[in-house]
Amino acid sequence: MKDMLDIIVNIFPYAIAFTVPLLITALGGLYSERSGVVNIGLEGLMVVGFFAGAVTIKALEVAIPNFSIVIGLVVGTVAGVIFSLLHAFASINLRADQVISGTAINMLAGALTVFLARTITGSGNIGIRLGIVRWDVPLLSKIPVIGPLFFSNTYYTTWIVLIIWGLSWFLLYKTSFGLRLRACGEHPHAAASAGVNVIRMRYIGVMFSGGLAGLGGAVMIATYAGEFNGTVAGLGFLALAALIFGQWKPLGILGAAFFFGFARTIANASQVIPQFESFPPLVLKIFPYVVTLIALVLFSKSSKAPKASGQPFDLSGK
Amino acid sequence: MKKDYTGIVKSLGAVLLGLIAGAILMVAIGANPFKGFFFLFRGGIQSIERFGNVFAIATTLILTGLSVAFAFRTGLFNIGAAGQMLIGGLCATVVGLSFDSLPRIILLLFMFVAALLGGAIWGIIPGLLKARFNVHEVVATIMMNWIAYWVVYYTIGNYFTAGLETESATLPAVAQLRLPWLTKLLNGSYLNLGIVISVLAVIVIKFILDRTTLGYELKAVGFNRHAARYAGIKVNRSIIMSMMIAGGLAGLAGLTYYTGYSTNIQIGILPNQGFDGIAVALLGATSPWGVFFSASFFGLLHAGKGFMSANTGIPPQISDTIIAIIIYFTATSLFIEKLWKKFKAGRAEKKKISTGGDEQ
Repeated sequence: MKDMLDIIVNIFPYAIAFTVPLLITALGGLYSERSGVVNIGLEGLMVVGFFAGAVTIKALEVAIPNFSIVIGLVVGTVAGVIFSLLHAFASINLRADQVISGTAINMLAGALTVFLARTITGSGNIGIRLGIVRWDVPLLSKIPVIGPLFFSNTYYTTWIVLIIWGLSWFLLYKTSFGLRLRACGEHPHAAASAGVNVIRMRYIGVMFSGGLAGLGGAVMIATYAGEFNGTVAGLGFLALAALIFGQWKPLGILGAAFFFGFARTIANASQVIPQFESFPPLVLKIFPYVVTLIALVLFSKSSKAPKASGQPFDLSGK
Repeated sequence: MKKDYTGIVKSLGAVLLGLIAGAILMVAIGANPFKGFFFLFRGGIQSIERFGNVFAIATTLILTGLSVAFAFRTGLFNIGAAGQMLIGGLCATVVGLSFDSLPRIILLLFMFVAALLGGAIWGIIPGLLKARFNVHEVVATIMMNWIAYWVVYYTIGNYFTAGLETESATLPAVAQLRLPWLTKLLNGSYLNLGIVISVLAVIVIKFILDRTTLGYELKAVGFNRHAARYAGIKVNRSIIMSMMIAGGLAGLAGLTYYTGYSTNIQIGILPNQGFDGIAVALLGATSPWGVFFSASFFGLLHAGKGFMSANTGIPPQISDTIIAIIIYFTATSLFIEKLWKKFKAGRAEKKKISTGGDEQ
């Protein structure tokens, strides 16, 4: 029992570090889908934030080491917003197939960032010297059991992301803005006839998803990645799975993101954890994906997906 | 009846816009776009070897493009060609490495069947999930991609490596699609038997779509699922069949890539060709010959990019960027279509005026 607790305490910081970009990106996807736009471009938007964050931090880390990371996070977010406009324009104004447009975003982000990175550094990789330093929350980290688990060795970005998560829940469910946004994803024509500007709300939804996915990518470079290498290795797609697994609800997404974060961390650390040594590594690696498929089968009968998600909105077709 | 060129115009428009965007990017990094494109295209056609490589690259893209296009015709979005291709390549490689004492023709036939079946199984799973449980195929195929990635990673990594840990042992010559006489004829080009497979696949798929009941049913399901069901077509069966064939085609893409273009399989990589297949299918307007031509065009972009990079210093990723921009513009083709219709309407208007309104 004592060993088990030690193991959990040891892998917890890694699992959280991995969960946070996943959580914030899935949350971004929530805004987009709730407004009625499917965004499978999350992967690409993360790559954009990852790249923009890395470039910014690298450029500033010598001159202003104290602020370079914060500025990098902001630039990553902004870059995500700007890039997401491509998706918004295609799927909202031009009524393009949203899945294809999202695929184009993924391909474009992967190719363009490496193209630019190679122009900047020659190799295509952008390394930063130092990420965010882990930090023990004063007082709270002294609490037995909970302290070492949740409040020791944390990145400040984890707290920022959790605050954004809480604010998002409030925004989506307790404000008129949230009600309008969700209405656009369920019944855009009803929302329009009630005076909601569906086009604008959908733009906001997609831009939020771009910003949060960009932040997710920037958090990666600022915490555990250390180097931009042109890919976020399927994390954006996993965020999409977390969104569905969490049934398009903030609390569900939080749970799903933690689940995937832990599953992936255990798979990566299985060699050093005696309790998991007996599992074939393949089983541990494919576990999150297989579970997602099973969850999709179980939930498909009672899917809580926004009803109009993926459907173009055309005012003239009212 | 007047022929409708809208599809071709849309595709050419998207290509043109993609090339323009590529030129702007070259200017943005301080390079000369004329020089860039000159070397890019020259890199693809300046020698018989390079020209062969254009089609060696196109071979795989034709098959992944057909895979995506075929599923599209049934209204399904197969984003899982990458995983199906990996599994097809894995099956072919395993057969090729394990039974290399068989006569060549039989061995290659076995590898062909193994790749076809492997890809088909990887396609059937999301098809079944879609038909039986209404699980969205996009998410299911993305999950299948990552499962394929890890299956290949551990199967090759644990049992089929030699020397390097990151790739399988090199296939013996009998288990490769490369033909020594062809390689010699084309001065060392990678072009191989795979091109025959992909062209045959184009013809077979065109036949299935245009001339068989199965093709008719699959297209009917793609046009309107409910109407098809009402007409007595077994929609669920069509969905499964469509994904199975799409998966099989992508599996063959894996065969041509890992045992023809390359001679071993690398682990830890989801092949880009799977995603490029989406661009190929869209640019080819999901028609089999359209797929052939757009794959050849992308083959040209890929074959020349190294040459361009060596001569101009422009990173080779410009080709992938141009392809991504082309698919973006294909997705937004409504925009191009509107422009084209406006242009046509404008011309008709002019004609009307000049001929005194007799036209139609």
